[in-house]
Amino acid sequence: MSSLPATSPFKLGMWLLLAPLCLWLILLIILPHLELLAFSFTDPEQGSFTFGFYQEFFLEPLYWRTFVRTAVMSIMATILTLLIAFPVAFYIAKMLKGRSKGIVFAMCLIPFWVSELVRTFGWMILLRESGVISNFLQWSGLSAGPVELLYTDATIMLGLVYTSMLFMVVPLVSTLDSLDDSYIEAGYDLGGTNWNVLREIVIPHAIPGVVSGCIIVFMLSLGNYLTPVLLGGKDSLWFTEQIYTQFITRFNWEQGSAFGLLLLLLSSLIVWAGLKVSRQSFAKTMG
Amino acid sequence: MVAFFIFLAAPLIVVGVFAFNDSLFPSFPWQGFTTDWFFSSEGEKVGIFFDSELLDSIGLSVGIAIVTTFLAISVACSNAFLFERFNFPGKSFLYMLMLLPLVIPGVLLGVSILVFSSEIANYLEDYWFIDLEFLRPGLTLVVIGQFAFITTICTLIISARLKKFDRSLEEAALNLGASPLMAVFTVTVPFLKPAIVGAAIVSFLMSFENFNTTFMLVGSDAPLTVAMFERLREGSTPVLNAISLLLMLGSGVLAIINMTMQKKSS
Repeated sequence: MSSLPATSPFKLGMWLLLAPLCLWLILLIILPHLELLAFSFTDPEQGSFTFGFYQEFFLEPLYWRTFVRTAVMSIMATILTLLIAFPVAFYIAKMLKGRSKGIVFAMCLIPFWVSELVRTFGWMILLRESGVISNFLQWSGLSAGPVELLYTDATIMLGLVYTSMLFMVVPLVSTLDSLDDSYIEAGYDLGGTNWNVLREIVIPHAIPGVVSGCIIVFMLSLGNYLTPVLLGGKDSLWFTEQIYTQFITRFNWEQGSAFGLLLLLLSSLIVWAGLKVSRQSFAKTMG
Repeated sequence: MVAFFIFLAAPLIVVGVFAFNDSLFPSFPWQGFTTDWFFSSEGEKVGIFFDSELLDSIGLSVGIAIVTTFLAISVACSNAFLFERFNFPGKSFLYMLMLLPLVIPGVLLGVSILVFSSEIANYLEDYWFIDLEFLRPGLTLVVIGQFAFITTICTLIISARLKKFDRSLEEAALNLGASPLMAVFTVTVPFLKPAIVGAAIVSFLMSFENFNTTFMLVGSDAPLTVAMFERLREGSTPVLNAISLLLMLGSGVLAIINMTMQKKSS
């Protein structure tokens, strides 16, 4: 449908609607990030331009190792989430029909309405030394003493996959839903095996969903704070934790700003690469 | 599939079950059933309904969520009309900017707003001798930080519904003598209502449960998520299970209301 003619009262209306949008984006998104950029390049004592805070990042192994580790673990968490979510989404979208489909899908969604803090707390109760799984292993004789399952990288990974599951399942279900069953049948009629059909028909069709799911999951993992800190303990070494430490504990805002921008750069780069590889547009994937 | 659902439900179930354990720790051994963690008013076990610190933080979180939701919904409605009804140069660029908060990590959104507002506050104090307390870490900044990204989500929800609106209904109202504004408020807004209520529920929960952005902007008053986080780090008593159970019930009810409403309106 075309827009209203640009006569003066409509023009006025447009400006009135434009104002809050621009105020919001400029004051809360653009200027704060520019300020962060300026901060990261400013020497706090002389007020002059400096690369020092970025230099510090590359010279101190703890910093860049944490950065690389966060990135690699986020990518691994994204891949794992995709591998688990894909069969689940396929099952919901293609195997179930009507009412049961709606109910199973809703059951997948409801846990994610609960706060991340509560979910992480649940994992802590399950996994800690005096926790449910440790007790079960002792009771069943699989283990002689208490087992500490918290505070390992695998635990962080588990937490990340759990937290982001929904954001992979939903886009996958909606793209798979739009795949006409007759294409799958045609694939089989032409003599395709399960694997052929999956690779030639289902996966190509699901690519938009896979990309938007992966982007969101990656962003969420990269920016996560609660899960690594609570499930990974003191040695979790997550980059957001470094940012927090610089800002709040050490009060070194310039260093923190540099870290924050590096994180933003990394996430934008990965999002951009993901969109490039799959030839999707940002507005389409997100909206 | 069954394994998947066990995986999804397990952490939530244990949280709920251990709320009733008669022990000082939310772990084994099982010491018997109790509702002390809800209703006990004194002694070693202070139930949630008597834990004034947690109760206060719930109050704060509710307040923050209400204000944030109200602001986010207002701006989101305006955005939805702007993007669905008007064409102007730079529209697609603005739309992309509008989506940006979705890909900015919450921690970063928090610190950037913290840095920016502190700079303004310092400037005002140094040059104009005006001390604006609300620009320092505290509840106002928490609201601003949450508003910054929740607005995007609300805009998407409301735009999606506005897209489905049949413009001829509005034209009919205009033909019957309504002014354009009147037509919008009597015809279009009622049509949008399910989306607005849905967006409000989502927004309320996102604000209430937000941690990353909030954690960077809190002052001395701790909203619920921050208070719970502090306690979790110190080592927790089952009072946290009790409050978690209540939260689960609350968000479960909101989730079901939202889902049934979406079903009805579609």
